[in-house]
Amino acid sequence: MPKQIHLAAHFPGVNNTTVWSDPESGSQIEFDSFVRLAQTAERAKFDFFFLAEGLRLREQNGLIYDLDVVGRPDTFTVLAALAAVTERLGLTGTINSTFNEPYEVARQFASLDHLSAGRAGWNVVTSWDAFTGENFRRGGFLRQEDRYERAERFLRTAWELFDSWQGDEIVADQASGAFLRRPGAGAFAHRDSHFDIAGQFNVPRSPQGRPVILQAGDSDAGREFAAATADAIFSRHSTLQAGQDFYADVKGRLARYGRAPDQLLVLPAATFVLGDTDAAAQERADVVRHQQVSGRTALRFLEQVWNRDLSGYDPEGPLPDVDPLVGENTVVRGRASVRMFGDPLQTARQWRELAETKKLSIRDLVIQVSGRQTFIGSPATVAAAIDELVQRDASDGFILVPHLVPGGLDEFADTVVPLLQERGVFRTEYDGVTLRDHLGLAHPV
Amino acid sequence: MTTTSPLHLAVALDGAGWHPAAWREPDARPEALFTAGYWAGLVQEAERGLLDFVTIEDALGLQSSRFDGPDERTDQVRGRLDAVLIAARVAPTTHHIGLVPTATVTHTEPFHVSKAIATLDYASKGRAGWRVQVSGRSHEARHFGRREIPRFSLDDLGSPAMVELIANLFDEATEYVEVVRRLWDSWEDDAEVRDAATGRFIDRDKLHYIDFAGKWLTVRGPSIVPRPPQGQPVVTALAHSAVPYRFAARSSDVAFVTPFDTGQAADIAGEVGPGPLVFGDVVVFLGDTAKEAVTRKDRLDALAGTPYTSDAYVFTGTPGQLADLLQQWQVAGLAGFRLRPATLPHDLTAITRGLVPELQRRGAFRHGYEASTLRGLLGLPRPANRYALGGA
Ligand SMILES: Cc1cc2nc3c(=O)[nH]c(=O)nc-3n(C[C@H](O)[C@H](O)[C@H](O)COP(=O)(O)O)c2cc1C
Repeated sequence: MPKQIHLAAHFPGVNNTTVWSDPESGSQIEFDSFVRLAQTAERAKFDFFFLAEGLRLREQNGLIYDLDVVGRPDTFTVLAALAAVTERLGLTGTINSTFNEPYEVARQFASLDHLSAGRAGWNVVTSWDAFTGENFRRGGFLRQEDRYERAERFLRTAWELFDSWQGDEIVADQASGAFLRRPGAGAFAHRDSHFDIAGQFNVPRSPQGRPVILQAGDSDAGREFAAATADAIFSRHSTLQAGQDFYADVKGRLARYGRAPDQLLVLPAATFVLGDTDAAAQERADVVRHQQVSGRTALRFLEQVWNRDLSGYDPEGPLPDVDPLVGENTVVRGRASVRMFGDPLQTARQWRELAETKKLSIRDLVIQVSGRQTFIGSPATVAAAIDELVQRDASDGFILVPHLVPGGLDEFADTVVPLLQERGVFRTEYDGVTLRDHLGLAHPV
Repeated sequence: MTTTSPLHLAVALDGAGWHPAAWREPDARPEALFTAGYWAGLVQEAERGLLDFVTIEDALGLQSSRFDGPDERTDQVRGRLDAVLIAARVAPTTHHIGLVPTATVTHTEPFHVSKAIATLDYASKGRAGWRVQVSGRSHEARHFGRREIPRFSLDDLGSPAMVELIANLFDEATEYVEVVRRLWDSWEDDAEVRDAATGRFIDRDKLHYIDFAGKWLTVRGPSIVPRPPQGQPVVTALAHSAVPYRFAARSSDVAFVTPFDTGQAADIAGEVGPGPLVFGDVVVFLGDTAKEAVTRKDRLDALAGTPYTSDAYVFTGTPGQLADLLQQWQVAGLAGFRLRPATLPHDLTAITRGLVPELQRRGAFRHGYEASTLRGLLGLPRPANRYALGGA
């Protein structure tokens, strides 16, 4: 039997993947948009629905960034409400480990798991910066080097809380009057270098025992954290070569933690543009790219690397001849992507060479290097490409990010999913109930 | 005595009901307390009774018969789900009733609570509220490990140390609610412009840093969630004495108070009003006859091993007698009531199918939902945005 593909639907948020200016684009905030996308994903038998999170609005040059979608609702609240309008779809969301406390987050995830009958998943992210910290009691208290240490302690503490009820405590015997089998349900005591907490956890064991854990960091520390703790990793490496490298790298780290390769799924983010023919899809993809990257967006994108105000440059002209300012990026705040460009001088050099060789304007260059279209083609082409990447171990599936809400997944569900099903690589019905079931993960004891 | 001015009616949902032996009633579903269906069923019943809203109790610690920590008892309901998530889960299954979950302020972040309640307002299309809860319990503080709260028992209530602690906790809560309210206003209603011509998704001049710096909290803002449908979801608080009365008067839209007779109802309404709507909290044991209600309570008390007592007035009687009491207290100055059903679903259905028709007969309660938002039901206007007015 060929490897089975896992698919998830990402509700596109504040990045420029989303084409808000398209007449088909609905609200990114109204609940009905979430319902529609989630119900499409469930109709297509996807494994889960995915929400990103950011705890401060992004800024550039000291001003709130206004060219992309701005604003998004609260992760837990949306997922709990979606549990009412879906039955099987996993409900996963991003929750930060720096600006939260384990007791509170464990309560929320255990509650979500109960309220969804076992469909909760948690993408643990580690944004630590002082900029985001300004919205919280503690401010920016954590050093970047310590963010995964806190995340790891946070998660282990949460696990202790999830495990503090074993699952057999509630007898609720009306005749004898025993609600609990024994006193002390939920008792815990945890002390490490980050958390010193004790007491009784007040949510009984949830259907999945613990929510599914996702991880989305790409650094060495992030990959190690994923290998040690995560059930799935949300990566950005969606091409064959980069995917295979990443896949081999993270799966290779598992043995150190006594884990088998199938205990950590690799699920890259992926976008798609479909058309009746490959040529039609390519044409459409080009239109979408230009909708996603306006001249202004291109300049703002370049500022992520240059760390300078570039608003004086012509987006249809050549790349700036000045070099990036090295050091802390003070121009762009609140974007995870800034951290992608570890060596801005080298990045700038490469992009300049690329632009000169191919005679690209700033806008064309950005369209090229920020490539956000993973799968372009007819449904048959896209189904074949997805299948190939999975069978060749570049991934275990994909987290699909449509560029439109709420209808951006409809076409994929109607045309690509049936082809994957015909190939025998994607389920035609859910055979389990919980998110762990869908992902083929064991239930923790 | 009768009156024709309409009163507001809410129910407070907690576990199997407010009596500790409620879970042993024949119609109780103790095995379902941790399922979505249980909560959806209760709230749908409250909505069939045209009630203004339900509150959902919560706390950061395990239920206990003691103030200062878990009690090791095994004969009562223990464990509960996060109330905000219950409210969110129920929102798409209801259409008119207000949803008011409890969330503690003492150990949590106003930024998180603000966006959660704002999102509940979106998911419910304008029916969200929030019951602000302060925690002075040392064992809940230990769940966070961020600060010490000394261990008190209820007998220490008047001690200088506890008086100071309570004053501080409510000062902090006052700041907290102010931060949450500013975050709700930090986007003007029309901030999302989607101006394709200029490429701007928002008009950033209509987003505001709140720059709150108080004694307890500093928060920069703006919120990550646009201004919720009601502008300001309905803030509620339970208050029993002078310090919390002052907090409720300044910070809440609806204050729940606990008078034991008509005279107290008038006094407390005078002290807390006129800012918030003042609701009386009453625990209710209802029966077809007064005797039946008393017998029910006695039976439950016998199962629990002690007579039930409460911070609120405990009513036993028929829906008609309860209607009399509510109308008397209403005349004394209360705008409405939050009834705490002693057992679920019995006392809830006695409210929706007994009390409500009785009040309707008397011309004292609505015959249909007349507004689509919780503010609308309560007769509260949608507030203007403080920042749009140029204020802070
Ligand atoms: C595909 C992907 C999605 C991510 N989504 C989020 C997100 O929603 N919220 C967030 O704060 N960080 C997000 N991140 C950032 C990472 O979780 C992580 O915090 C960041 O990349 C820094 O860690 P690193 O240095 O290990 O990569 C995402 C990263 C990737 C690769």
